[in-house]
Amino acid sequence: MATEILMPALSPTMEEGTLAKWLVKEGDTVSSGDIIAEIETDKATMEFEAVDEGIIGKLLVAEGTEGVAVNAPIAILLDEGEDADTLPAPSSAAPAPSSVPTAMSGSEEPALAAPKAVVIPDDPEIPEGTEMKSTTVREALRDAMAEEMRRDPNVFLMGEEVAQYQGAYKISQGMLDEFGDKRVIDTPITEHGFTGIAVGAAFGGLRPIVEFMTFNFAMQAIDQIINSAAKTLYMSGGQMGAPMVFRGANGAAARVGAQHSQDYATWYAQVPGLKVAMPYSAADAKGLLKSAIRDPNPVVFLENEILYGQAFDVPVMDDFTVPFGKAKIWREGSDVTIVSFGIGMKYALEAADALAADGISAEVIDLRTLRPMDTETVVKSVMKTNRCVTVEEGWPVGSIGGHISNVLMQEAFDYLDAPVITCTGKDVPMPYAANLEKLALVTTDEVIAAVKTVTYR
Amino acid sequence: MAARKKPAKSNTSKEDLLKFYREMLMIRRFEEKAGQLYGMGLIGGFCHLYIGQEAVVVGIEAATKEGDKRITSYRDHGHMLACGMDPKGVMAELTGREGGYSRGKGGSMHMFSKEKNFYGGNGIVGAQVPIGAGLAFADKYLGNDNVSFAYFGDGAANQGQVYETFNMASLWKLPVIFVIENNQYAMGTSLQRASSTPELYTRGTAFGIPGETVDGMDVFAVKAASEKAVAHCRTGKGPYILEMVTYRYRGHSMSDPAKYRTREEVQKVREERDAIEHVRELILLGKHASEEDLKAIDKQIKAEVNEAAEFAKQSPEPALSELWTDIYADA
Ligand SMILES: Cc1ncc(C[n+]2csc(CCOP(=O)(O)OP(=O)(O)O)c2C)c(N)n1
Ligand SMILES: [Mg+2]
Repeated sequence: MATEILMPALSPTMEEGTLAKWLVKEGDTVSSGDIIAEIETDKATMEFEAVDEGIIGKLLVAEGTEGVAVNAPIAILLDEGEDADTLPAPSSAAPAPSSVPTAMSGSEEPALAAPKAVVIPDDPEIPEGTEMKSTTVREALRDAMAEEMRRDPNVFLMGEEVAQYQGAYKISQGMLDEFGDKRVIDTPITEHGFTGIAVGAAFGGLRPIVEFMTFNFAMQAIDQIINSAAKTLYMSGGQMGAPMVFRGANGAAARVGAQHSQDYATWYAQVPGLKVAMPYSAADAKGLLKSAIRDPNPVVFLENEILYGQAFDVPVMDDFTVPFGKAKIWREGSDVTIVSFGIGMKYALEAADALAADGISAEVIDLRTLRPMDTETVVKSVMKTNRCVTVEEGWPVGSIGGHISNVLMQEAFDYLDAPVITCTGKDVPMPYAANLEKLALVTTDEVIAAVKTVTYR
Repeated sequence: MAARKKPAKSNTSKEDLLKFYREMLMIRRFEEKAGQLYGMGLIGGFCHLYIGQEAVVVGIEAATKEGDKRITSYRDHGHMLACGMDPKGVMAELTGREGGYSRGKGGSMHMFSKEKNFYGGNGIVGAQVPIGAGLAFADKYLGNDNVSFAYFGDGAANQGQVYETFNMASLWKLPVIFVIENNQYAMGTSLQRASSTPELYTRGTAFGIPGETVDGMDVFAVKAASEKAVAHCRTGKGPYILEMVTYRYRGHSMSDPAKYRTREEVQKVREERDAIEHVRELILLGKHASEEDLKAIDKQIKAEVNEAAEFAKQSPEPALSELWTDIYADA
């Protein structure tokens, strides 16, 4: 019986791809394991293997076609003796049953498009009239590292798959070529060991950037990050410290389960001696990472896999940096203050858009760095709006939102017209099932509901 | 890896030959189906296929007895099938459904079976190694003669906790067999680029743990070496290291572009060293079964795998209330 070969999902976050090249033609016999096509995703070009054996009856999608949806039929595979011309027309829609999750959780939402209608007040760090360039977070991070490595020969990058593989998430793409293997270093899978070596190198006068493939694996190394990197300046009476950056993907990706989906924001934000950044936009990713690399202290730099592919405007400047400890007001408003950071900003901004349609004016603040934390901007805003909702992906106990409500209680108690509501991830390990994962994460709807509660609507 | 010489005449029984053929083929067809379901978006996240390495688990399981325990990494589907877990339950976990071994909450990397003494499914490279030794600690403490198998990769073999474990396992004579599945690559990093000494079976030398390198593409060699290791462990002589030299045919996970090795390299192993082909040739050479008989087995396995896939598609998603269960055991 003829079967349709469908456009495959080749990564946890892929929704569509380019059919770059056919490696078979109509009439070819294929067997399981034969490479039949090359498919491009935003991260890589992948080879696509046949699963079943048969004869290629028809190629339904021409090579070079972009934006081919996952699950769309791309070819017809025939059994011996069948004829392509006698076949019924292929179904045009993706045949996935409606109850079936796609490869990307929450894919009904345009996860990769930045919310529109965002009012960004003038940014003091960017001179008027500066040209802006649409850049993904992935590119922005790479540009930041490359610029700083050109500037300071003692900056180097080490981590798993950062060099020859070009980065597990392609953040260090092209860096081995430019800087060579003295400065872009592949490590074995030995997080505790190489992190300690990097701390020692920092003591010794270098400026290491340690990439963790994801921060879940930094738990192997957390002793060196906290006991060695964060505390040494203090313990040595100011004689020596660890000027270095620990960076990598943090938080949930999509469907990768409990051990690969944790937000460590509060873990590191608790530690004196560390600085902690968790950017949302590409411009902040770039400007904060450059500042982090120059900072004379250890900086934990928390990125997000889902944001890597998202594009934002980044100013075209010779040396664009963003200071630590300065929140950014993404949107001005008068009825409620929504405070977030990292991917939480996506929900905060989406909620603000939806609330605007309901006549509720939300001020949205992106903390950008969690240590130091710009609570002054939050307090000032709440003095104006008298209400506050916080949004984050991490667990509720000991959350950043909990800390903010504590600050507001002490510094703006008389200004609050409602208790602060903290929207967080649910108090459970991340489940794998698509429906449960969706429930476990914080959602835009929860933010909207929280705002309605604090505004008594 | 050198090419295997023509299949030697084996004195293995017909039953064993056919059993190995069936079990290895089951894993391969199951994994191919999983790859297909991933491509259709029915399986999400990471999905690490075991294709190419089938002889390792099948050969080792042939040397185990009731009560023995096993633990491995995220590349775990083959281990679960080989220790007798139900393909339906494994596939339904891959699709995140109620009928899965973890009721959809674990996923590809995190499945467990108390009944089959399968302790996961660990997503953190190297973390299963001390846990495997801990299983052995419990058995020794309880005074039985069970043996535990801790499987890990060539990449994991560099993790620090592995060596902390080697020391204690040897010091305390724990009945644990460390199975290093050396498939030559850790994601995109070849063994040569990550290990100062590539002879992984010697990694226990400093701790006094005997080690052996085994052709992991030859199910009989695997079984023979495992029997020897098991005998060592069961008689209280302490841990043993088996380095299984094997090869993974597919990418590290579904999203690996695999630019770190050539097509020819993969093709050569498939053509010259494939574990299933090896057994198939022995069966035919020894006239233990005809081409027709083997075709019938293939067909039956395909049907079983299709049944598992169908089950995994039809099984409902877990009830929403499951989000809040299993966080704590009842006190
Ligand atoms: C502590 C930790 N670091 C990094 C990773 C990411 N990672 C997952 S698998 C893998 C490669 C492991 O290779 P190997 O041990 O050879 O096993 P194989 O995948 O070949 O079976 C890496 C780096 C992880 N899961 N855990
Ligand atoms: Mg390996």
